[in-house]
Amino acid sequence: MMRWMMRFFIMLVLLLPAFAYAAEDTVPEEIIADLSQNKVSINTNFDGSNILVFGAIKRETPVPSDAPLGLIITISGPSEKIVVRRKSRVAGIWVNTDAVRLDKAPSFYAVSTNAPVKDVLTSDEDHRFRVTIRQAIRSVWTTQLAPDAPQFTEALIRQREDQNLYQLNEGGVKLAEDTLFRSTVALPSNLVEGNYSTRIFLTRNGRVVSAYSTNLDVRKVGMERWIFNLAHQKPLYYGLLSILIAVAAGWGASTVFRYIRS
Amino acid sequence: MQVYLPIAEVSVSAFLLLGLGGIVGVLSGMFGVGGGFLITPLLFFIGIPPSVAVATGTNQIVASSFSAVLAHLKRKTVDLRMGSVLLAGGLIGAAVGVKLFSVLKAIGQIDLLVQLSYVGFLGVIGLLMFFESLRAIRRSKRAGSVPKRKHHTWIHALPFKMKFRTSGLYTSVIPPLVIGAMVGVLSAIMGVGGGFIMVPAMIYLLGMPTKVVVGTSLFQIIFVTGFTTIMHAVTNFSVDMVLAVLLLIGGVIGAQIGTRIGAKLKAEQLRILLAILVLAVCAKLALDLLIEPSDLYSITRAGGLG
Repeated sequence: MMRWMMRFFIMLVLLLPAFAYAAEDTVPEEIIADLSQNKVSINTNFDGSNILVFGAIKRETPVPSDAPLGLIITISGPSEKIVVRRKSRVAGIWVNTDAVRLDKAPSFYAVSTNAPVKDVLTSDEDHRFRVTIRQAIRSVWTTQLAPDAPQFTEALIRQREDQNLYQLNEGGVKLAEDTLFRSTVALPSNLVEGNYSTRIFLTRNGRVVSAYSTNLDVRKVGMERWIFNLAHQKPLYYGLLSILIAVAAGWGASTVFRYIRS
Repeated sequence: MQVYLPIAEVSVSAFLLLGLGGIVGVLSGMFGVGGGFLITPLLFFIGIPPSVAVATGTNQIVASSFSAVLAHLKRKTVDLRMGSVLLAGGLIGAAVGVKLFSVLKAIGQIDLLVQLSYVGFLGVIGLLMFFESLRAIRRSKRAGSVPKRKHHTWIHALPFKMKFRTSGLYTSVIPPLVIGAMVGVLSAIMGVGGGFIMVPAMIYLLGMPTKVVVGTSLFQIIFVTGFTTIMHAVTNFSVDMVLAVLLLIGGVIGAQIGTRIGAKLKAEQLRILLAILVLAVCAKLALDLLIEPSDLYSITRAGGLG
């Protein structure tokens, strides 16, 4: 927390000259932002992580006071193929009968805004930039569009929201003086490793006027890394090692017990 | 204490896994079942992806069975010859099972088939064992006479006969080969050792003495599940070493306690307890199929990050 505060403060100092200058740039408002950390290390006792997204809005002109300002922050995990199945009763038992295949759905998706989404983003802009959870999934529909396919997507979203894998945090972005902003996104413990793309949108009247994006690298480290690599690069050795450990533990325990008894 | 599992990619409590391994270990030591039919569904329940649960379950069975088999070898309650015949069948079955698994997975109905076969197998075997052991207990109470064990049926009339001295049998190798192969198929598909099927089959079909049945089935199980673990590691990369180690620490301790409890109980009592356990799991799975699930939808990660 101390470190974030420090970086936040340094950022502020660095930005001050930018506000002083009256440049002739054509972009009236621009986002400058950073993350409290650009790497998340997954080690054995990884139990989730909080990422602080912070920044400022750089302006060449005075603050336009007429149009309401919106800030939207999205963090998206690596996408994967998903099959959503639905059960129905066949001959008295519940069986998977319908399935919808999603070619790409983010394994993690968090949206934070400074106000209700409908106030800061028009549906056209949402569609264009694929901002909200529904857009992020719908954008990648490919096969088997059943007539009730939306229900399958809703089920996916509902289940992943329960696991904190999909988050919508309206009001999660704190905006100070219409210039400085910050937001904390809680990454759950069941993360998939990969590149987490972080996007920040600045909107006026629901239209995106500026966007910023950066990457958050989620990686396994230490023993986790070693085991994962071994399992994928030398699967036969890994399998044999697993058996060996199992046998050694079984034998070891029986030796210890015999020793205790005698 | 939370632990992040590198292959399953979830974070779970270490104590939960230790406890889970311990309970299953006690049962495995007592009854000579690998406990896979309990541990695999329990792992699903705490949120481990099914493919990882199945593969890691088989690895855990190797460990808990190994310490139990050592205990049985010392008490000379393993029929090595019969075990080897069962094993030969088991390896063939496991290889077939892995093939079958990929075919069923492509169709998308593997869960249903696994559940239905669980309910069928467990139900029939549990009921048979339950009533047989009830009868045995009543008989021993009334007269105190030893029940007749060796009844010669058509099974003993099959060709390729072999002498199994430890079991006191002279019988065909075909039935044990077939039983071993069936158990091998189940091991690959369900992530179970198959003891819950093999133990009753050995008692009722082969007529082996209850004393050597547990040790012999464990002997076969460690090799078949070991083989299955390697197959899963190579084809699906789904064996989670951290998960396995935590489960087996609990498991090996539990198995030692279980073996001791098992030695104190009478064979009929042991059998009726196992029958009740098998029926309870069967009932739970049957209810899952019959009662409307709270969520009709299920998500499967089809693999391949993109």
